[in-house]
Amino acid sequence: MKRRLNLSVWLGFLVVLAAAFTYVPVFSRFPATRDFPWANLLMFGAGLALIALGLRRAFREPELYRGKVAGSIVMGLGVALLAFFCFGLFYLGRQLPASSGAPRVGQKAPDFTLPDKDGSPVTLSKLLDVGASGADRVNGVLLVFYRGFW
Amino acid sequence: MRSLQDSLGQFDSRRVRLVAISVDPPEINLEHCRKQGYTYTFLSDTKSEAIRAYDLAHAGGGPGGADIGRPAEFLIDSTGTVRWVNLTDSILVRARPEQILEEVDGLGLAPARGE
Repeated sequence: MKRRLNLSVWLGFLVVLAAAFTYVPVFSRFPATRDFPWANLLMFGAGLALIALGLRRAFREPELYRGKVAGSIVMGLGVALLAFFCFGLFYLGRQLPASSGAPRVGQKAPDFTLPDKDGSPVTLSKLLDVGASGADRVNGVLLVFYRGFW
Repeated sequence: MRSLQDSLGQFDSRRVRLVAISVDPPEINLEHCRKQGYTYTFLSDTKSEAIRAYDLAHAGGGPGGADIGRPAEFLIDSTGTVRWVNLTDSILVRARPEQILEEVDGLGLAPARGE
């Protein structure tokens, strides 16, 4: 009798792949799923559980289901992907400089002049200065430093 | 950056200007803002001048070991004084607009119109 394809293993593998590769393009865009990647971790959990189910089937009923070898390899890959994901997000993502010399609350913000997206120079103190009075009065500036490389 | 754009009206009504800074050159910022529909100010610090002045340099932190600025937010009042700082410890976690607006209101930075 021809043995059946062990679908659970391959479905699980697809879910694990989705878990590993949807964080950056999809889930990191929403603060609720970015700050802590619970959506991706749940997908990892579901995917690995499916692979485990398939593996159990392959070993318990080898005459019915295929996948002892492939399932074991897929399980290894899945666990490796999860480890890689966690390493990247929870370790590499936290390797930030301490920035102990950053201006603190109450200190003067260092002034600077930098080009905007049209190449026109923008000076922090001038932005704030508009500030003093009039219709264009500015109460403050929020500086948002980001990593760039878009 | 997206969530800041979505909250831009609330920053505008408090007269707080948003200024984003990275090592990306103006052409990249122009393209990116056009694509994403961002209308607040994006500045290019290709030589990391401001990034170093604020001690935010992350040497080798970018793709291919490029030097970049680490994520951080500073709220500066009209006298040029820093009123609130957020130095995240993970690149995943950024200050949310609601949180920043709360700080703006809590600090009394932006009195209600007509005062």
